[in-house]
Amino acid sequence: MIEIQKLSKGFNNNLVLDGLNLHVSTGQTCVIIGRSGCGKSVLLKHIVGLLRPDSGRVLVDGKEVAVLGELELTALRAKISMVFQGGALFDSMNVTENVGFGLIEHTHINRKELLARVEESLFLVGLGGIGNLMPSELSGGMKKRVALARAICIRPEIILYDEPTTGVDPITADSINGLIRSLHDKLKVTSFAVTHDMKSAYRIADKIAMLYKGKIILEGTPSEIQRTTDPVVHQFINGLARGPITEGD
Amino acid sequence: MLMLLFIDLGRKVLNFMYFIGGLTSLAAQTVYLTLKPPYKYEHIIVQSKNAGYDSFPIVSVVALFIGFIFALQSAYFMQRIGSEMYIASLVAMAIVRELGPVITALVVAGRVGASNTAELGSMQVTEQIDALETMATNPVKYLVVPRFVALSIMLPVLTLYANIIGIIGSYLICVWKLGITGNMYMHITFNSLLYKDLFTGLFKSWIFGMLIALISCHEGFNVTGGAEGVGKATTRSVVFTFIMIIAADCFFTALFYFIFP
Repeated sequence: MIEIQKLSKGFNNNLVLDGLNLHVSTGQTCVIIGRSGCGKSVLLKHIVGLLRPDSGRVLVDGKEVAVLGELELTALRAKISMVFQGGALFDSMNVTENVGFGLIEHTHINRKELLARVEESLFLVGLGGIGNLMPSELSGGMKKRVALARAICIRPEIILYDEPTTGVDPITADSINGLIRSLHDKLKVTSFAVTHDMKSAYRIADKIAMLYKGKIILEGTPSEIQRTTDPVVHQFINGLARGPITEGD
Repeated sequence: MLMLLFIDLGRKVLNFMYFIGGLTSLAAQTVYLTLKPPYKYEHIIVQSKNAGYDSFPIVSVVALFIGFIFALQSAYFMQRIGSEMYIASLVAMAIVRELGPVITALVVAGRVGASNTAELGSMQVTEQIDALETMATNPVKYLVVPRFVALSIMLPVLTLYANIIGIIGSYLICVWKLGITGNMYMHITFNSLLYKDLFTGLFKSWIFGMLIALISCHEGFNVTGGAEGVGKATTRSVVFTFIMIIAADCFFTALFYFIFP
């Protein structure tokens, strides 16, 4: 369970998150939508403790992330995986080493078991047999899939996705969406994604929340969001140039 | 106009204070995490190869030329006062106490320090360092500690090697061009050197190794703004490291002068 209470965060006198509240239940897939630069990734980084709030609290499974000690934070992070926008694969390692990184670093798993787990994770994302390739040899879509494989390899309880379909072609985007959905169904993880791709949001979300001016202005199921009369959400989900959201927002 | 100058100066002073603060904090974390298990020996070996073993060719060339140059420059004056015999002791003293440690440190700062900053900077802008953290891996332990340990071990080793090569360079000039016999040259060299000369030089190179690792990693971790940011950070890293090496050299030379007069 992820609970965000009155979360505020600013950078250089620019308030990005302004008293944000949000609740994500265990096993739920929550998608945060909003314009580029509105603070979606900042929100995500608070959940995994990469950023500390200026005020407010982020609780994961009842524990406040910002006040955890080193050992507790390490234990919490061992339960969370994050898929970064660009994949964030380690350039100096091949696909097997990337996918198995968490296991290599934090467990005493033997080589045979490690390779089996890595291959199983790669198979789940439809990329079996590419373990020896380097990240520089992969396409954008393959990098995202390998990042997904790396995320699921440690068998996390929570997966965070930062713009999972940005920068890939529509067909790859659709297959990634399908993958996220099927991983969620198979592994029963809590998922938290941020995106501005509405197609992706409708496909993977149990709940969608719109982030605007540092606050969640509306949350609901995909069908509720599609039917909304809120002018800001309506403008955003339909991709309209005219409306209450202006260029400077 | 004057006000703007003061503001600019104030900003620069503030930035310098931030740099020193950040560097001190990174140094404290690094020392703590170096002593704290688990120890990743394989990472240290990889970094030792990158920083040390791979630097041997360039250090050899530079040290050999320094030996040639210093012997020739010394000969210019020593011949005028009829003291060619003392070139060997002058060169040995200068190389072991000063030129060996400093030149080796500057070469390694340019080669390894720049590479560290560029590598860590690229990892920063592509979120690989964030990825490490989210995977419950401390980036300082994983990235800085192996470089810190490798450079603090390998720089004294490289310095010792540079000292030998530099003295060989000077030997070649003195024996082939100045007519000093080989035996005489080696005899004067070893008679003039004391253990403290070697110790102070190697101690300084140990400090320089740590400085190179810390500054290059600090600058890499603080990259912002994509490829341009990586380029600027790499330049800044090399410039800061050069300045800090010279400043530390000045400080420790003065300190040793008074401690071991």
